[in-house]
Amino acid sequence: MTDVLVVDKLNAGYGAVPVLRDVDLTVPAGTITAVLGANGAGKTTLLRTITGLVRPTGGRILFSGADLRAVKVEQLVRRGIAHVPEGRGVVAELTVDENLRLGGLWRKDKADAKKATAEVYELFEPLARRRAHLGHQLSGGERQMLALGRALVARPTLLLLDEPSLGLAPKVTAQIMALLKQLRDTTGLTVLLVEQNVRGALSIADRGVVMSLGRIVMSADADQLLADDGLRHAYLGF
Amino acid sequence: MERFVFLTFDGLSRGAVYAAFALALVLIWRAARVVNFAQGAMAVVTAYAAYMVSDAVGSYLVGFVVALVGGLLLGALVERGLMRFVGHANPLNDVIVALGLVLLLTAVVGIIFGGEFRAANQPFDTRAIEVGGVPLMSRYDLFIWGTVATIVVLLALLFTRTAVGLRMRAAAFAPEVSRLLGVNVGRMLTLGWALAAVVGAVAGVLILPTELGLHPHAMDIVFASSFAAAIVGGLDSPVGAVVGGIIVGLILSYVSGYLGAALTPVAVLAVLLAVLLLRPGGIFSGVRARTV
Repeated sequence: MTDVLVVDKLNAGYGAVPVLRDVDLTVPAGTITAVLGANGAGKTTLLRTITGLVRPTGGRILFSGADLRAVKVEQLVRRGIAHVPEGRGVVAELTVDENLRLGGLWRKDKADAKKATAEVYELFEPLARRRAHLGHQLSGGERQMLALGRALVARPTLLLLDEPSLGLAPKVTAQIMALLKQLRDTTGLTVLLVEQNVRGALSIADRGVVMSLGRIVMSADADQLLADDGLRHAYLGF
Repeated sequence: MERFVFLTFDGLSRGAVYAAFALALVLIWRAARVVNFAQGAMAVVTAYAAYMVSDAVGSYLVGFVVALVGGLLLGALVERGLMRFVGHANPLNDVIVALGLVLLLTAVVGIIFGGEFRAANQPFDTRAIEVGGVPLMSRYDLFIWGTVATIVVLLALLFTRTAVGLRMRAAAFAPEVSRLLGVNVGRMLTLGWALAAVVGAVAGVLILPTELGLHPHAMDIVFASSFAAAIVGGLDSPVGAVVGGIIVGLILSYVSGYLGAALTPVAVLAVLLAVLLLRPGGIFSGVRARTV
């Protein structure tokens, strides 16, 4: 299976404070890789460094073989990378419809962008009923649907998803996880999923990667991580 | 009663210009979270350019177009060449740089053109048309209203109906997310400054014929009134800028007409103070959006 994303000896931080230390990671095409770990482990920084929001201080990031370090943040979506940041990133002052339009504005194929938006409305029915509502008028679950839907309008190859379950009811979290699994199975979407909800993430992931203090300390098949009591106790705390 | 009607129409005309100028302030505030204290000085520069060209070619319209293009270029230049390099972490940095720009532009204009007042060109008669013996609006007032209304409609269409407008709004509200969605935030910021400078330039060209004329400090009081208008309406609200402009225009017209022109700066400060005390966010400040 081809690796869509290869992270090689990646180092990054905020000012003089290093956060990521020699992170190595590969994400095969059409798979879900869950990045797990406690608060402050560097999970969010990893995603932000991949998309250039945090500049790496060392190492390489290869997407479909091309080095991303010289690529501007606003160009990444054109290359097929969609990043749904922590806190969902819905533009609160724009309507649902405007948020979704924003997701496809860069696309030259306007007809397909429109089709993709229609598909999102089919996928997330609550959004269809709230097209004219502003982002800040939505519930947490609806905002997550909107952020995810907006990313899908870009028809990405790789979806970077940061804590999609944060603050959501278990039922809504389960729906989101099921949807990611469905997207992987039906469209071949590759997902790099940062989550603190370990059980939920591993239930849909192909592989799990555990981070601690900016390093990857464990990488294994998701089933193996779930089944191995020793691993779960040592790295995941349950 | 006749005087009241006259002052009301006069206030509406001035208010329209204040509204346009306040709109320019709001545009930059929404795009960059910066109060552009140099807006007045920038408008003076473009007004001088318009004056020189229209004087040379004998056409008000050509001068007007020069003001528009000059505003566009000056706004873009100020953002790309100056404001982009200011550290925005402390809002005071932007204020100090903008005030420095005021000093620079005013000094340069003074060096080149001198400090004397120059009569600004007028495309239409400024004598009020009488209806039933009551002087109402002049043809020039109608021109002001038409121009400001056109600006407001065009801006509303730009922001609500076009992809560029959507990008500009998104970039202003959520720059990081916008970058992830493929929006060139820097370019949108430049465009925001350029558009605001165009609106400011138009406001400057419109109001100068009704004031003492062209002068390096010609827009100082206009800026103060327009700033008050933007605060009255709410710095985040384009609609508020328009309504605030009209309110301030009317108040100043009544104060000037009934109490004397010398009191208008005091009236501007009083309005500003009252709004800041009673409703600091402005009349049109909404409920603050929840952070999501």
